[in-house]
Amino acid sequence: MQTKPTALKILDIVSVLLLAAATYLALFYAPEEAVMGQVQRVFYFHIGTAWVGLLGFLLAAIMGIVYLVTHDQKWDIVEMAAVEISLVFFLITIMLGSIWARPVWNTWWTWDPRLTTAAITELIYIAYFMLRAGIEDPDRRARFGAVYTLIGGVSAPITFMVIRLVRSIHPVIIAGNDPSSQGTFAMTGGMQVAFFFGLFAFTVIFIDLFWNRIRLGNLAAKVEQLKLNITN
Amino acid sequence: MFFLDTPPDTSSYMILGYAVFFIVTAIYLISFFVRSRNLKQDLSMLESMKPESKVMESKTPVNKVTASSTTKVNKAKAKQPAKTKTTKAKAPASKTKKKK
Repeated sequence: MQTKPTALKILDIVSVLLLAAATYLALFYAPEEAVMGQVQRVFYFHIGTAWVGLLGFLLAAIMGIVYLVTHDQKWDIVEMAAVEISLVFFLITIMLGSIWARPVWNTWWTWDPRLTTAAITELIYIAYFMLRAGIEDPDRRARFGAVYTLIGGVSAPITFMVIRLVRSIHPVIIAGNDPSSQGTFAMTGGMQVAFFFGLFAFTVIFIDLFWNRIRLGNLAAKVEQLKLNITN
Repeated sequence: MFFLDTPPDTSSYMILGYAVFFIVTAIYLISFFVRSRNLKQDLSMLESMKPESKVMESKTPVNKVTASSTTKVNKAKAKQPAKTKTTKAKAPASKTKKKK
């Protein structure tokens, strides 16, 4: 593995600082919500992780298309990196949502359209890695992975839009006025600062992890190629 | 909840939420570094095996020559790569021992 580029080292440090700042804003700067209390502060990271999670799944679908067009292995590495990081972030989203729901909805989990589509999306991408693990030929694996992410990518916009299209108890904070939603609130100035800074911080963290994961993928591909050369 | 004058105490859930976030993130980062370290070890090991495999490849045709010929010259040629094989083959093993 080549030595880490200076830009990536700087991005690593910036990401840590942004995460620290986002945590400070969410925990101390944003005012306490009047109805839900302190648990509402989970919302800032819940939205931040959901944003980068869905962004990564869409990115993976685009990389899948690029791979199918070019048949270049590097796009397969990029695609896998996007899926892996998004899978972790989206898992955090679901867990944070569940923790928030316990005092607000009085349940850890309910089969609401948003929660259901989110769970299905997570399972789709867990299955993506199971599929890849079952195929030894790198070209075949990349081709199957590309098609899979292309189809799986449809779940990301569905998960995002479902609360705007279907009756749901999940709150729609931005551009939402569904009376059936429970736990919704109007953001004040301090909340908006924490919210938008959180979105920005998680976007930068995603880019940093994505870059690191691509480098790891390149290293894995190199090792796999060497193994093939030696065995052949 | 809507008729309370003061917000309910849900701080334990908030702490749980942030703890989950940092724990899951830490687990992912640790797995990332472990995988990276293992791949680097594999790469160095495979690169050290490269010269050995090259010697093995070069040895095969020489053996064929010795089998087909009985001249002293060919026997001498066959002995030379055999010596280099033993010396080169030992080198990677000692490298890996040092790393351990």
